[in-house]
Amino acid sequence: MEMGSPMSWRMIPERYGLIGTRCENCGTNYFPAREVCKKCRRKGKIVPMKYSGKGKIYSYSLVASPPRGFELEAPYFIAIIELKEGPLITGQLVETENEDVKIGLPVSVVFRRIQASGEEGLIHYGFKFKIDRK
Amino acid sequence: MRRVAIVGAGMTKFGERWEDSFRDLILEAGMQALQSANMKGDDIDALYGGTMAAGRLIGQEHITALIADYMGLNPIPATRVEAACASGGVALRSGYLAVASGHHNNVVVGGVEKMTDVSVSDATTALGGAGDQEWELFMGATFPALYALMARRHMHEFGTTEEQMAAVSVKNHANAAKNPYAQFQKEITIEQVMKSKVVASPLKVFDCSPITDGAAAVILAPLEEAKKYTDTPIEIVASTQASDTIALHGRDSLTSLKATRIAAEKAYKTANVTVKDIDVVEVHDCFSIAEIIATEDLGFFKKGEGGKAAEEGRTALNSDISVNTSGGLKGCGHPVGATGIKQAVEVVWQLTGKAGKRQVDNAEIGMTHNVGGSGATCVVHIMKRC
Ligand SMILES: [Zn+2]
Repeated sequence: MEMGSPMSWRMIPERYGLIGTRCENCGTNYFPAREVCKKCRRKGKIVPMKYSGKGKIYSYSLVASPPRGFELEAPYFIAIIELKEGPLITGQLVETENEDVKIGLPVSVVFRRIQASGEEGLIHYGFKFKIDRK
Repeated sequence: MRRVAIVGAGMTKFGERWEDSFRDLILEAGMQALQSANMKGDDIDALYGGTMAAGRLIGQEHITALIADYMGLNPIPATRVEAACASGGVALRSGYLAVASGHHNNVVVGGVEKMTDVSVSDATTALGGAGDQEWELFMGATFPALYALMARRHMHEFGTTEEQMAAVSVKNHANAAKNPYAQFQKEITIEQVMKSKVVASPLKVFDCSPITDGAAAVILAPLEEAKKYTDTPIEIVASTQASDTIALHGRDSLTSLKATRIAAEKAYKTANVTVKDIDVVEVHDCFSIAEIIATEDLGFFKKGEGGKAAEEGRTALNSDISVNTSGGLKGCGHPVGATGIKQAVEVVWQLTGKAGKRQVDNAEIGMTHNVGGSGATCVVHIMKRC
C-alpha cells in the first residue's frame, strides 16, 4: 500500500531509533512497541526501551515476485530476525551476494531506503539487516 | 442455544470468470443454495456475507446491502463480515450464532470475491492487507514470503522437504480434476511443481493458491425445522474461532498456528468427537506448507510429520484422512471471501453423497478449517449427517 507522509512520520522513533518497549512487571521485551503487555495485560508496566539492532537469522526467503514499490529491489531476501533482546522482527537482508544465507547467522541492523511510493515520490527509510563478517 | 443445520448449499464454478461481475457470482451461488433448500426469498430472515477486499478489488463497499438488494431479499438485515481469507468462515459462524441464539430462524450465508478485475500485482497488494501493513508489508514481505518463512523454519526444525510440499499440490490437483467446480481440471506431477518458477523461496508457483473469482452460499435453519426444507440436513455440531498476533513474527512459533490448535481443541470438545472420527476435512491450503501445518495442528498427524504423511499419500482421497477433496485452495481456487463457505459446501456435498467422482466412502462427519492472514484468525466447523 502507498504510505503517506503522516504515516511515515509517526513511525520514525521505532523505525529509525529502534525504540520498542519492555514490561517491567514480567520482563518481556517488545519490538515493535506494544502498549499492552500480552502476558500481564492491565497489570503490566510498559516502559520505552532502545534495542541494539543485533540478532540472528531465524528464518528467511528469497522474494522473486515483489509487491508494488519493491519492483527495483527484487529479488531480495526477507528474513525474520531474532533480536538479541528476544523479540522476532521482519526485515530485509542486504549485501547478501557473497553470503551463504543460513538460519542462525549473526546480523546487525543497517539503515536503508525501504521503498518509494506514490506520485509524490515519497521515499521511506527504515532498518534492514546485514550478515556480520567473521 | 438451539441446534443448527445446513439445509441448502450452492457455489459457482471457481476460476477466471471475466464475463461475470461480483453481483452475478454471488447471485448464482445464493439462488442455487435457496433452490437446494426449496426456499423462497420470504423464508429468509437475515443475510451474512464474507468478502475480504471488495473495496480494493472492485471499488465496492457495503456489499451485503448490494447482495440483499440483488437477491430480492430487502428488507432483511444484511451484515458484512471481514476477517481476510477467513471472512467466509467467520460469516458462517456469525450466521450459526444468529440461528443458535434464536434471534433469527432461516439465514443465508454467502462468501464472494471478484479478483480478476484488477492486475495480479494489484490483487497481490490488496491481499497483503491481511498481514501487518506497518511491520511486514512495509518491509517488503509478500504473503507468499510469510508462508515461505514458515516453510523454511518447518524444513529446519523437522526436515520437511520441498518434494513433500509438492506432494500436497499434486494431491490437491488430482482432487480438483474430479471436481467440476474447480479452477484447475488437470493433474500435475512432483516434477512440474519442483520446476515451476520461484515466487518466494522455497515456495514456487505450484505451491501457491491462484487468483480466483467465485462465490458460495449455504442456508442455515434450526435443526428441529430442517426436515421441512430438505431430506438430508447436515448439523453444525461445532463452530469455533480463535485469534493470534496479526504479524507472523509476533507468534510463539512459525511452524504451528496456535489459533488453529485452540479452535480445533474447542471444536472437538463441543462436538464430542475426536480427530479419529473425522471422515473428510477441508483445510486452508493457501500454500502447500499451510496444509502440512494444518494437518498437524488439527491433530491428524504429529507435529513435524505432516510433510511425510502427504508424501506417503495418507491425505489422498479415501486414504487415512481425505484432505481437501474439493481440490483445496490450490486446486479448486481461492476467491478469498468465498473460500470458507466453499469448504462448508464441499463438506455438505460429501456428507450427503453428492460429491461425484471425489466422494469419500461413508462420510458421516466432516470438518472445515479456514485461516485469515498468516494465522491471526482461525475458524473451525464440524458437521454431521443427521
Ligand atoms: Zn508483562
